[in-house]
Amino acid sequence: MELFKKLKKHTKMSFLNYGIVIVFYIVIQILAMSGHLTNSLKGQLIPIVSYVIMALALNLVVGISGELSLGHAGFMSVGAFSGVVVSMSMAGSAPEPVRLICAILIGALLAGLAGVIIGIPVLRLNGDYLAIVTLAFGEIIKNVMNCLYVGVDGAGIHVSFKDAGSLGMAADGKILINGPIGANGVTKLSTFMAGTVLLIIVLIIIQNLVNSRTGLAIMAIRDNRIAAEASGVPVTKYKLIAFVTSAAIAGAAGALYALNYSTIAPKKFDFNTSILVLVFVVLGGIGNMTGSIIAAALLTILPELLRKFADYRMLIYAIVLIIVMIATNNEKVRAFVNGLKKKPAQEEAK
Amino acid sequence: MLANLINGISLGSVYAIIALGYTMVYGIAKMLNFAHGDVIMVGGYIAFCSISYLGWPPILAVLASVVVCTILGIVIEGLAYKPLRNATSLAVLITAIGVSYFLQNAALLIWTSNTKVFPNMFAGMAPIQLGGTQIAPVTLITVFANIVIMVALTLFTSRTKMGKAMRAVSEDKGAATLMGINVNRTISMTFAIGSGLAAIAGVLLCTAYPTLMPTTGAMPGIKAFTAAVFGGIGSIPGAMLGGVLLGVIEIFGKAYISTQLSDAIVFAVLIIVLLVKPTGLLGHKVREKV
Repeated sequence: MELFKKLKKHTKMSFLNYGIVIVFYIVIQILAMSGHLTNSLKGQLIPIVSYVIMALALNLVVGISGELSLGHAGFMSVGAFSGVVVSMSMAGSAPEPVRLICAILIGALLAGLAGVIIGIPVLRLNGDYLAIVTLAFGEIIKNVMNCLYVGVDGAGIHVSFKDAGSLGMAADGKILINGPIGANGVTKLSTFMAGTVLLIIVLIIIQNLVNSRTGLAIMAIRDNRIAAEASGVPVTKYKLIAFVTSAAIAGAAGALYALNYSTIAPKKFDFNTSILVLVFVVLGGIGNMTGSIIAAALLTILPELLRKFADYRMLIYAIVLIIVMIATNNEKVRAFVNGLKKKPAQEEAK
Repeated sequence: MLANLINGISLGSVYAIIALGYTMVYGIAKMLNFAHGDVIMVGGYIAFCSISYLGWPPILAVLASVVVCTILGIVIEGLAYKPLRNATSLAVLITAIGVSYFLQNAALLIWTSNTKVFPNMFAGMAPIQLGGTQIAPVTLITVFANIVIMVALTLFTSRTKMGKAMRAVSEDKGAATLMGINVNRTISMTFAIGSGLAAIAGVLLCTAYPTLMPTTGAMPGIKAFTAAVFGGIGSIPGAMLGGVLLGVIEIFGKAYISTQLSDAIVFAVLIIVLLVKPTGLLGHKVREKV
């Protein structure tokens, strides 16, 4: 305990986050073993983990780097489909865990590459213009994925942007990605265990990045770009580090997400998905990793919990969203809440 | 070629009318109003109901749709955005997304997810022949409506007291307050005008592409927003220029390059323009002060 008190504040926060994830994992395992886990919740476990990872990735860009990205689902899409191609083309030649690890790694790598390609032009812009360009890139990725056909046969991987017929595959060839239909017959490789391990690795990467010298430089740029530039911080380089790291993590989340379903279509990763993740980040608290984890997990389960309201659940979700935003940002409401908190203390003082 | 150009200008005119709503709201409230696209959808449904269920004549239907959307705009602004006047722009953005979810799901409950076929309002009019190409009446009416709205808005912002107040508020809120301008009322008015325009755009859009769903407004909304940024967000002629160019690029991309990739082409052009001229085609550069 003495040792724990001596730790720095941010180290404590980091351990808190690992703790939350591990406790969550154990609780779910106990529930599963005692048979209290419903099937619908069981099916939600991997999406929850994927969205938590997505929220952490986006929080790195929105919260730590201070740039609004409205196209993060695009990176998720790149990771998802490259992951599917990798895992499917390795079918039969490697054990399942190896296929999953390779899929996640390649997914992260390619999404990171997409992050570099997009980040270099985008990060020269500021504010709302940057937001709209990330939105545009997200839509472009969705559109290109809609026209992407990938097949595999004895000779290797074939890619076409026209249709499945022009892949030119041998007779034993198999179509992996079929344009707007997406990937079919994917082997479900993702497990909750693998997702939790990935989540912890992502947490280690992000928290160490944020608390390092690099993280300080990134936050300095966020707080005052001109002052940081004047102090000799290369702005584009550090913005790019945050953006590419975030894109790669989003790609890993995408691969994990896609390998949880037997079919996955490109339209799953559209503007609405980007916005959904942004909602997690903002409701969890911008720049607050613990908040992102909790908000993403709760808000992914919430529509499931509201299931008994059937048709009204998304309407309730929307109203809750608006009310929470007003309640946490309106000065009068804030003053009122603070007043409630202070009163008992003041009375004691009297 | 000519037919494509005219179709492009027509589609672009719809984008331009929607983009005007975006750009005016952005110019004054400095917020990205993502619910704007869904107001278009509501406008479309109101016109649809007035014509198909109540049997009203088209003019009355358009009027009803404009009135309902104008009131809707004022109510949304008063309930959801007004309490957040001094909050961070991200908080307002998320609230706008909440409003967008709300409108879409409310429409889903009221009108169900079944696709409604929008009646052709100009069925009585014959297509016009122009140099061997046929032009649908809705195409011409859209372009005409666009020009009228553009002229009216320019006159409104430059000549009337309210219009001048709007420009003052968008320039400097604090100074405008000191000059005795009621900032809250001005912002409310901007939302009213923007939403009224969205209703007109909704009717025109649904007449040209006659399918109506709760998500109808989403994609045109995003594209119109792109158009507003393309032309320089906050600038009224910019929104007009951006909208028309975007429509033309989209139709030409569809006709000559690839049908599937037309959206990608539109967004790629936007990115290139923003990289060359970061404030859009007609936007003003704001100098950063240290």
